[in-house]
Amino acid sequence: MPALVNISYLTACALMIASIRSLASPQTARLGNFLGMTGMALAVIAAVISLKLPNYPLTLTVILSGAAIGVYTAFRIKITALPQMVAALNGLGGLAAACVALSEVLAFSPQNFNNTISLFVGGLTFSGSLVAFAKLQGFMPAHPLRFTGQYGLNAALALTILTLSIIFILQPNIPLFLILSLLILILGLLLLLPVGGADMPVAVSLLNGCSGWAAVGIGLSLSDSLLIIIGSIVGSGGLILAAIMMKAMNRSLLNIFTGSLGVQNSGTAAEAQTARSGAPEDAAFIMENANKIIIVPGFGMAAAQAQHTLKTMAFLLHNKYHAEVKFAIHPVAGRMPGHMNVLLAEAGIDYKDVYELTDINSEFSSADVAYVIGANDITNPAAKTDTSSPLYGMPILDVAEAKTVFFVKRSLGSGYAGIDNPLFYAPNTIMLYGDAKEVTEKIIKALES
Amino acid sequence: MDIWILLTIFLLACFVGYFAVLGVTPALHSPLMSVANAISGIIIIGALTSLADSLSIIDSFLSYLACFLAAINTAGGFAVSARMLTMFKSEKKQ
Repeated sequence: MPALVNISYLTACALMIASIRSLASPQTARLGNFLGMTGMALAVIAAVISLKLPNYPLTLTVILSGAAIGVYTAFRIKITALPQMVAALNGLGGLAAACVALSEVLAFSPQNFNNTISLFVGGLTFSGSLVAFAKLQGFMPAHPLRFTGQYGLNAALALTILTLSIIFILQPNIPLFLILSLLILILGLLLLLPVGGADMPVAVSLLNGCSGWAAVGIGLSLSDSLLIIIGSIVGSGGLILAAIMMKAMNRSLLNIFTGSLGVQNSGTAAEAQTARSGAPEDAAFIMENANKIIIVPGFGMAAAQAQHTLKTMAFLLHNKYHAEVKFAIHPVAGRMPGHMNVLLAEAGIDYKDVYELTDINSEFSSADVAYVIGANDITNPAAKTDTSSPLYGMPILDVAEAKTVFFVKRSLGSGYAGIDNPLFYAPNTIMLYGDAKEVTEKIIKALES
Repeated sequence: MDIWILLTIFLLACFVGYFAVLGVTPALHSPLMSVANAISGIIIIGALTSLADSLSIIDSFLSYLACFLAAINTAGGFAVSARMLTMFKSEKKQ
C-alpha cells in the first residue's frame, strides 16, 4: 500500500513536469494542461486514500466545493479580467500555505524554521497578490503609490519580522507566531503599493513563484518530496519569468519595488514640438495601398477591448487589399507575461501571424505601415539613443523604421513611464487621436467602402 | 527523511523548473503562469497531511481552510489555462 501511494506521487510529479514542458508549443499545450490536471488529481486521490483523515465526507466536500468555485469563476470571468484572476488565485495559494504553517505550529511541529519560512512567503504572496489584484481590477489606482518614509517603514518592518522570526525559532510560542503573521501581511501590502501598472508583469511573475517557494517550505517541514519538487519548479519558474520580463524592460528588482518609473517627469519640458495628426479615413487610404502592415498592440488595446475590431481590420486588409499583416508583441506589453498573445488569440487571430520582438524587429524596415495601438514606451527610440532616459537600454520595437507609423492614442500624453516619445514628432508619424476601438472601427468603415 | 536528501531534491528540482520554463514559448507565458499557479496548489497535499495529524479544532479548521483555498487555486488555475489554450488556433500548416 505505501509503495502504491509513492508510485502515484512519483507519477503525479512526472505528469506535472511534463505538463510545463508541453507548453513549449501551442500544438502540445492543451495536452500539457490535461497532463497537469491528471497529475494533480492522482496526487490528491493518493493522499486522501493513504492519510488517516478525521472526517472523510467533510474533507471531500471541502475539496470539491473549492474546486467547483475555482472552475466556475474561471469560466465566468471576462477574458480582459484574466490578469487579476491569475493574481487572485495566486494569493489564495499563498494563504493556503500560510494556513498550513499556522496549523503545523498549533500542532507543536518541531519544524520552526521551515514553518516560519512558509508563513513568511505564503503571507507575502497573499497580501501582495491582494494589492496586485486591487490594482489590476481598478479598485486601487494603478500608478505607484508612494509616501514619505515608505522605504524606512518597510525596512523597519522587515527588520522587526526578522528579529521576531529568530526569537520564534529559538523559543517557539503561538502568540508570537500570530503577531508575525500580522506583520508579514502588512509588509506584503506595503511592498506592492509602489509597483506601477507596467511593472505588473514582473510583480505577478514573482508572486507566482512565491506560492511555489511557500510549498517548498511546507514540504521541508513535512518531509514531503512531492511538495518540494513541485514547489521548487513553480518557484524557479516564476523567477525565470520575472527575469525575462526585467530584461525586456531593462529594469532591476529595486527599480520595480520602489516604483521609480512613472513619477519622473522628462526634464526637457515640451520643446513645443508639434505632432502631426490625421483622420482614420486618411489612415485607411494609406493602408489600402500598403503591401506590408505590422500591428503593434499595447495595454491601450486591452483597456479599450479593441482586439476583435483589430482582427476585422487585419482580415479586411489581408483579404480585400491583399496586404501582408503581422502582429508584433513586446514581451512586457500588457499587464502579465503573454497578455497580448492571449487577447489576440481570443479575437481569433492565427497565432502564426503573431511574432515576438526578436523575430520581427528586422521586418519593420520593409513594412509600409506600423499600426501602433495603445502602446507607447515599448516603441520609444529614446531607449536606444538617450542615455539619460529612464527607459535607456530597454529593447524596443523599431516601428520608426516603417514607411508610415500610425499611433492610436487617447492624447499626446506620455506613456506609463511618464516619458515623452520623440517618435510622435517624427516626419513619418501620424497620430490618430481617440479610443483604440473607435478609431479602428472608423478605419474599418473606410476600408469597407 | 534526512534534511540533506530533501535539500538535494530541492536543488535538483530548481534546475528542472529552470529548464522547463525556459523552454516555454513566450506566446504561452500567460497559460504557463496559470498552470504553474494550478500546480502550486499541490500545497493541498500538505494541508491534508496537516489535517491528518491535527490536535485541536482550530488546528483542523486551518487545515480545512487551506484545503479549500488550495482547491480553488488548483481547479481555477487549470480552468483558466484551459480557457486560454482553447483560443490559440492556427489554420496554417507548419
